[in-house]
Amino acid sequence: MTYDLKAETVTITGYGGDEIEAYLAQPLDKGPYGGVVVIHHMPGYDEPTKEITRRFAARGYIALMPNLYSREAPGAAPDDAAAAARAQGGVPDERLVGDVKGAGERINSLPSANGKLGTIGYCSGGRQSFLSACSLPLDAAVACYPGMVVKPPPPQYNLKVGPILHLAKDLHCPLLGLFGEEDQNPSPDDVATLDKELAQLGKTHEFHSYPGAGHAFFAVDRPAYRPEAAVDGWHRVDAFYGRYLAS
Amino acid sequence: MCTYHTDHVALSGSGKGADGWFTLSAATVYFDHPVHAAAEHTLNVDFINPALGPGARVAVELDPASARALAEAILAAADMAGAWAVPAT
Repeated sequence: MTYDLKAETVTITGYGGDEIEAYLAQPLDKGPYGGVVVIHHMPGYDEPTKEITRRFAARGYIALMPNLYSREAPGAAPDDAAAAARAQGGVPDERLVGDVKGAGERINSLPSANGKLGTIGYCSGGRQSFLSACSLPLDAAVACYPGMVVKPPPPQYNLKVGPILHLAKDLHCPLLGLFGEEDQNPSPDDVATLDKELAQLGKTHEFHSYPGAGHAFFAVDRPAYRPEAAVDGWHRVDAFYGRYLAS
Repeated sequence: MCTYHTDHVALSGSGKGADGWFTLSAATVYFDHPVHAAAEHTLNVDFINPALGPGARVAVELDPASARALAEAILAAADMAGAWAVPAT
């Protein structure tokens, strides 16, 4: 197995039958491979998240990142698209789930797919990964520092989304959560609340919180980057997907 | 953390973006992760005209102290504009 890969921009069918842009990276070997839907963060369908998508392909997964801002800003630069989406209050939950569902269907339509699907997301995408795992028949989900799962946003935020702790009872698959102890959204108390809720519901989950790390510790292009936490976190992700998604 | 919070300000004026000058209709103001600035959070202002598309945007990412200094300078200049606008008697 070479783990050579191909990465390209494609069009997929998302929520409501909408045609949306997506970034597909897949190994060139025959497979079969598990699939990963990469959910980008609020800053959008950007280069760092495309790099993450390619990373999964290099590790033997078919990875697909839908552009969640395709509707607000088709063809726009990622930062302009993110600003436009932000000004409109962000991505509605129902639409997000539809787009992730469409991404999963596209992955499983490929001849090299093994039929298993996971999600991963960072920040707002972490929340959306958890949301997807509570809404769709996935096999594994990873949520990296997901904000607003437990606590509601202040009312003046005027967002289209709110807390989704009440959906935990519907979690369909094992959940890997990766957190920074210095993060405030989610705070250590939020993480403890979610952990406790999932334990009481008997949901398979694995949480790791890193000391000295805050929000966005995976982001190599930000001051928040914490190599020790990020390297260990990637090992956890690889092991988790290896257990639940690999053929 | 992501703050998510965004303030909206309707305004009139012009800005110069990637494709040259355009008419502004609004600004969004928020304290959150920057795209470019070397800081975890910045005070971000997008001068925009949504009717012209997402690319009609002039963006700045400022450290909070700089943003305050800028705001004070803008208010001082606006006061001066107000003084100049007073009709001569």
